[in-house]
Amino acid sequence: MSTQVQRRDWITMRQGECVDIASIPRIESDDFSDHLKVARSRGVRLAQLFGRRTPDGGVTLYAFVANDNEGTVEVCCSRLTPSDRPPLRYPSIAAHWPAAQAFEREIAEQYGVHPIGHPWLKPLRYHATDDGSPPPWGPFDRNKPIPGDYPFYRVGGEEVHEVAVGPVHAGVIEPGHFRFQCHGEEVLHLEIALGYQHRGAEPLLLHRNATRSAIVAETIAGDASIGHALAYCTALEALAGATVSIRAHAIRAIALELERLANHVGDLGALCNDVAFLPGASFLGRLRGEFLNLTLEICGNRFGRNLLRPGGVLFDIPTDLAGKLRKRLEGLQPEVLGVLDMMFDQSSVLARFEGAGVLSEEQAEEIGLVGPAARASGCMRDVRHDHPYGVFQFSHIPVALETTGDVYARAAVRWLEVRRSIEFLLELLGNKPAGRTFEPLGPLRPNSVAFGLSETWRGEAMHVAFTDDADKLAFVKVKDASIHNWFGLALALRGAAISDFPLCNKSFNLSYAGHDL
Amino acid sequence: MLRILKTRLAQGHRTTRFPLELPVLPERYRGRPKIDGSKCPEGCKVCEDACPTEAISTSGGLSLDLGKCLFCTACVDSCPEGAIKYTTDYRLATSQREDLVLTDGDLKLAGRMRDNLFHILGRALRLREVCAGSCNACDLDTNVLNTVGWDLSRFGIQFVASPRHADGLLVTGPIPRNMHHALMETYEAVPKPKIVIALGACAISGGPFADSPEVNNGVDATLPVDLYIPGCPPHPLTILDGLLRFIGKMPRAALGP
Repeated sequence: MSTQVQRRDWITMRQGECVDIASIPRIESDDFSDHLKVARSRGVRLAQLFGRRTPDGGVTLYAFVANDNEGTVEVCCSRLTPSDRPPLRYPSIAAHWPAAQAFEREIAEQYGVHPIGHPWLKPLRYHATDDGSPPPWGPFDRNKPIPGDYPFYRVGGEEVHEVAVGPVHAGVIEPGHFRFQCHGEEVLHLEIALGYQHRGAEPLLLHRNATRSAIVAETIAGDASIGHALAYCTALEALAGATVSIRAHAIRAIALELERLANHVGDLGALCNDVAFLPGASFLGRLRGEFLNLTLEICGNRFGRNLLRPGGVLFDIPTDLAGKLRKRLEGLQPEVLGVLDMMFDQSSVLARFEGAGVLSEEQAEEIGLVGPAARASGCMRDVRHDHPYGVFQFSHIPVALETTGDVYARAAVRWLEVRRSIEFLLELLGNKPAGRTFEPLGPLRPNSVAFGLSETWRGEAMHVAFTDDADKLAFVKVKDASIHNWFGLALALRGAAISDFPLCNKSFNLSYAGHDL
Repeated sequence: MLRILKTRLAQGHRTTRFPLELPVLPERYRGRPKIDGSKCPEGCKVCEDACPTEAISTSGGLSLDLGKCLFCTACVDSCPEGAIKYTTDYRLATSQREDLVLTDGDLKLAGRMRDNLFHILGRALRLREVCAGSCNACDLDTNVLNTVGWDLSRFGIQFVASPRHADGLLVTGPIPRNMHHALMETYEAVPKPKIVIALGACAISGGPFADSPEVNNGVDATLPVDLYIPGCPPHPLTILDGLLRFIGKMPRAALGP
């Protein structure tokens, strides 16, 4: 009976569906936090929480929770209306559900909304609020460099020292700042300050030039171009009520798995490098490129740019190309798996991987971890399996699961996924369905909302899109897996040796751009 | 140990022969566009309207700014006359910003760095890479040059950890306001004389993020640039080609026009 009552307070959606914005159940702002608490108790996962400015100067909060067992996403909202007693406020959700911590900081930073009782309210990306109102941590000063004089959490004591790293790192990687509190080698606490990569991507998804918007979706996180483009296209196609042919879906899935292969193989090579196992680093570093080159064959770009567009794909894979790709994959399969067998056979590699940067299943659940990192901690979640869409509805990739939550587990999950993705691709390339690859989208349904979920190689990406009353795209909210997982890295480092940081960091390999947007 | 040796033998020698042998890229690869303004009907500007970054201009003859171009297919797909086509020519780097504006003629590719610089930096180039708002694709395909497939260090080019050990910066991304300060500090830390390379559409013009209030539309706005390598992202070959031209190590046969 209780289920009945709860479900009336949520609207249930699936991938590819769109609903009227007005049909989303509205919860009183004072009860919103408790409402999510009840939802959490029945085992749903916080997929997205964001705010949207309303014309009267208020903010509507939207909560998207995933019911992974049923393949559904449930949605509710809450209106914060301006009163004579600013600022806008509501009881914090992160106070009882840590998975909400970054989302609530985002809302506070974008709109100056105060989540009352948030355990650790601080900037997320360092930018001004949309109306210039002060965020809860005090006025924003554009002229101060970030992280500037931000008061990092500090551990006191004579023998405690602090290590500051970034934003410009030693390697050729993205910028971010890491602040370690250490006692000797031991990391007592790691605080991660990001925002250097903030480009203002979300408003550009509404650009008058549709190609520009699609390319911005592809460049939210450049190594997950296909994954983000897929979530973006799924949301827009749902709003247009468009049906994409199975052939186009198959080509999208091929590109998605090639992207996963390139990144997983590259990550495994980089992990070898971080433990000074150079044969693995050198072989896998090169093999990563072979998968990028397969994507290049399909769409003319190693990162899959310009392949996915709302309405389908811009490049077909004719039979001769499919045969060529299949042949090259068949050649790569023993080569890659041979190197991985060699790598996982080395006691020097395993000794460094095992027990490093452990994240328990309980911690992973609490902070809402996603992707290979979550599966390495024993959390059974994979969008391809839980919220299947396109060809994943017909051909299933088994979920790769490990339980130890250490660097070894995060590497082993990738190893398993490499194996399975190659098998999946060989099958799909041998048996590609017929159909038109692209159909331009018709008008979008007005006053509606839809979402797209995809399992990027790094974890779940989600795009939520809203239309206005003139059937125009009016608002798009993007989530990269990284916004969940950066906190996981910080937790995994607790009690670890600081010299293990590069290894642990690589085992998560999170996106700075995808976090900063 | 034996297993490693066995795998090593199976892997073989994998370093590209470039630039002694020139590679052939797949037919779908989008390299340097070729434009033919004589095919344009009077007053037609469909490609200009289709272009996501206003890289194309039709006033006063057809021209395409490779510094803004994202190498998508919007112009090609929109043009009924076939006036714009992609070729598989990967050579795109130039020394001057204005050289990136493509018209009917040939592209003026990058030359060797200035003589006074070449005297000091020509034998070995140490670069500090600064990612400033890039989506990571430019950085990844720069990093690829360090793999055994390319072996960048055989040309005397190396990426270093500290700007104090560097001869210059290689910058990617549209320079977010939040990264501007760190970029300037890194530049200051590089000993003189120093060079700057702008890599990718974002670093040259802002790319897909051009005119966002959160970014600076590329490096040009704040630092003097010595080499432009366009693309979204540029292919590793395009990057290597640009770097070799810049340090004067490109054999004559591979130089082209």
